[in-house]
Amino acid sequence: MEKHDKKPAVTNAGDKRVIARITEEADGIYQRILKSQKPEISFPVRALSNVKYDERLGYFEIGRQKKHRTMSVGTIKTFAQTMRLMALSKELVETDDFATKRDAYYQSKNWEEARFDAQEESDAVMDDIEALFSTSGVSREELRYYPDEHGGQVAGQLIVIDRDWETKKTIRIDCTAFGSGAYSIPSSVEHFGFETKAKFILAIETGGMFQRLAAHNFWKKANCILVSMGGVPTRSCRRFIRRLSDEKKIPVYVFVDCDPYGIANIYRTLKVGSGNAAHVSRFFSVPKAHFLGVTPNDIEDFKLPTHPLKEIDIKRAKDALKNDPFFKRHKPWQKAIDKLMGMGVRAEQQALAKWGLNYVLDEYLPRKLREPGKFLP
Amino acid sequence: MVPVKKAAAKKTGAAKPAARKAAAKKPAAKPVRQTNKPAAAKAPQPALPGLETAEPVPAAVAETKPRKGEPPARRTAIDMAAAQREISVAEFFTKNRHLLGFDNPRKALLTTVKEAVDNALDACEEAGFLPELRVELIQTAENRFTVIIEDNGPGIVKAQAPKIFGKLLYGSKFHRLKQSRGQQGIGISAAAMYGQLTTGQPCKITSRIGAKHPAHYFEIMLNTQKNAPEVTRELEIEWQPEHGTKVEIALEAIFQRGKRSVEEYLDQVLVANPHVTLHYKAPDGDWSHRERATQQPPIEAVAIKPHPYGVELGMLMQMFKTTVARNVHGFLCHEFSRVGGGVANEICAAAKVPASRPPRNVTRQEAEALYTAIQQTKIQRPPTNCLSPIGEELMLAGLKRLVPDAELYTAVSRVPAVYRGNPFLVEAAVAYGGKLPCEEPAELIRFANRVPLQYQQSACAISKCVTGTMWRNYGLNQPKGALPIGPLVVTVHIASAWVPFTSESKEAIASYPEITKEMKLALQECGRRLGMHIRRQGRLADAEKKKSYIKTYIPQLVAALQDILKFNDKQRDKAVASLTDILERTRSID
Repeated sequence: MEKHDKKPAVTNAGDKRVIARITEEADGIYQRILKSQKPEISFPVRALSNVKYDERLGYFEIGRQKKHRTMSVGTIKTFAQTMRLMALSKELVETDDFATKRDAYYQSKNWEEARFDAQEESDAVMDDIEALFSTSGVSREELRYYPDEHGGQVAGQLIVIDRDWETKKTIRIDCTAFGSGAYSIPSSVEHFGFETKAKFILAIETGGMFQRLAAHNFWKKANCILVSMGGVPTRSCRRFIRRLSDEKKIPVYVFVDCDPYGIANIYRTLKVGSGNAAHVSRFFSVPKAHFLGVTPNDIEDFKLPTHPLKEIDIKRAKDALKNDPFFKRHKPWQKAIDKLMGMGVRAEQQALAKWGLNYVLDEYLPRKLREPGKFLP
Repeated sequence: MVPVKKAAAKKTGAAKPAARKAAAKKPAAKPVRQTNKPAAAKAPQPALPGLETAEPVPAAVAETKPRKGEPPARRTAIDMAAAQREISVAEFFTKNRHLLGFDNPRKALLTTVKEAVDNALDACEEAGFLPELRVELIQTAENRFTVIIEDNGPGIVKAQAPKIFGKLLYGSKFHRLKQSRGQQGIGISAAAMYGQLTTGQPCKITSRIGAKHPAHYFEIMLNTQKNAPEVTRELEIEWQPEHGTKVEIALEAIFQRGKRSVEEYLDQVLVANPHVTLHYKAPDGDWSHRERATQQPPIEAVAIKPHPYGVELGMLMQMFKTTVARNVHGFLCHEFSRVGGGVANEICAAAKVPASRPPRNVTRQEAEALYTAIQQTKIQRPPTNCLSPIGEELMLAGLKRLVPDAELYTAVSRVPAVYRGNPFLVEAAVAYGGKLPCEEPAELIRFANRVPLQYQQSACAISKCVTGTMWRNYGLNQPKGALPIGPLVVTVHIASAWVPFTSESKEAIASYPEITKEMKLALQECGRRLGMHIRRQGRLADAEKKKSYIKTYIPQLVAALQDILKFNDKQRDKAVASLTDILERTRSID
């Protein structure tokens, strides 16, 4: 960061708030040290057990449980690393820069004995800091830590309004104009604007299915925006869908495999968030999402080829029914999961190819889209 | 000859003419003797287990039965009878020397030293002398050695010496139930025979039984056909020690160091026998002297009668023939330990054999009924004074001789237990830490009646128990089914009037459930104590680690705070001092 040795004064109100919060935390610790008291930090507990699901709100909210980390011989290293990362964050805000998680990991190599030995360690500490600041409404992106992974792919009736990072000039990106490629969501989407007349967003689990629909211009026929999630969607992908659906007031339909992973991990995380990151659900969840398919009923209605459920699938499904506040709230979901367990099978979205490669866009999706009211919540 | 100065020597004038190995008292059973009866008429001798296999007679008789109506056989039974003759024990073992531990020149050297040392120690202890041994190995040619073993024991009376060293299966220890190193009366004469076979030289013995007696020197050859000694030279000589025996055997051998070597064996002898002083001279070195670690002689073992549970049917039938008792009731009371009038009546009633029946008239069926009845009758455990355990204190003293600078020594002596009517006792000791290698499997030292066992480790009940113990529970690494890894020496000793070896060469102990149970209990107790030690070490190391942790990370934490809060270096130092103080305080509370 030698380029930014001279720190420009921070004028932005949001940035000022972030710096104030970091200073406040550090000072709390410093004052306790001066008083010969053991320093302490309290983090919200990040687990499904500390998650509330409010249907009106539409996403997981983190509960009141806190874990207190008291400084001791065992925690001194983590404490030092936490404070180091916070110091780095303050510097990033002051210099109007950012660091990816990997960057932050390498920055730690300057901290001598407090350095991280693997990125998992720095990621874990960063998650703690994020949780700590999320209680006062500061997101990780505002702390200037950006995820490494970008967000997924977009094709369809949408113009993204972006800006050039160096020149600050506005750029208009037409998502219909990528030919056989697609627009790739960047790691931070906070500054985006959108223009669209699409009627819905179709969020797709696999890159393969996305390619088929994009290549055959399904977005044109159905007047929609296609988003490929590639498994569990990344933060920026979720944030992108969330902001787009919020600002343009369009629904989100989710099209994933019919198995406990597609339902309880991909769909649930997109819609309401996860237990581990409930503190960021308010930024990243997409409460307007609905489950288009593949549903357990579809397996029968469309006579799809199946595979038997694996042990891990069954464990996941049982866990969802027993511990997940989202599924516990929605009767139709409980019935659907029970049904899937009863059938003992799972079906991939690409199983539709049994009836012809384009059956999915000629037959399946149009039939499902005729009755969006029947989508699972 | 180096004079052996011993306080005990004063008593030697009164030294009973006890013959080592030779029976001091008349044994109940007849001494084993090779007879000249025709082999065909010979019944298997129960006192010679395993030797029946050397009798080709029954098979030969069956084959040569003349058959009617068939052309005459090429050879008649009479012809064949001419070729049928007795095989002497010595001849048998000449061909099967591996059964006694003379498989190869290297092992032969070890076995020879071992047999001589075992005998010397048994003799010294039986006569009540604290043993002082001289073991000398002299290389005379590339593969030729002379082994000289000298003890300060009671000596051997002139008449017995030839038989002891020149006749196999001759001894005092086979027919009694009492803990001793030797059991069968094969070892030393087999060593002498091996020497004779490989070098043609006689075994040379010098012995003196007391100050008032002259010393005798013998050269003894073993007639392998007759299993009988031939004294080729006999002299009265001047010998400085007042009592003791010196054995000199020349043999074909190879001297090596390391695992399963003579030197390892001697080291281990000192572990199990802390009361022994040893002078040793290697073929390529000077005399080394190791003083005894204790003046306390081992507890004297007492010979006991057999316990009914330990007697097999054949043995029982033999005993009926040789007993002096006039009826079965008296027989049971007189010949066995722990059988009183009540128990004897109970056995007779259960077997439906009249208590008044004279033993000679007991039929095979009745004997079998009695045998079964014995197994079903509740009989008190055998007396345990036939055992001479090393004891926890001396186990430790012995182990310290081998591993002088370990961190932890601990030993466990179990109470006596019984297998098949034989009392036995298990002791275990471990040494841990210090300069022992950390990354290698533990060293296991096995003892039976104070004798180190060196071969066939994997077949031995002791090894099975050590590898079967869950050392992980005590803080050591242990690959599945193997010895634990770590700076550890494990010793296990089994003391018994009759140690159940898996073979005549006495290399491994058979896995009787009663024995393995005791071994495991002893090892587990050692393990628990070891575990406590290892955990305590772990805690101390943790505390050290914590201390350095504090020193490492406090400056880092305060530097981060300084980055954020921009305080000056003086404030920084104050914060470091204060935080160090806070954490040091919490550490002492932990």
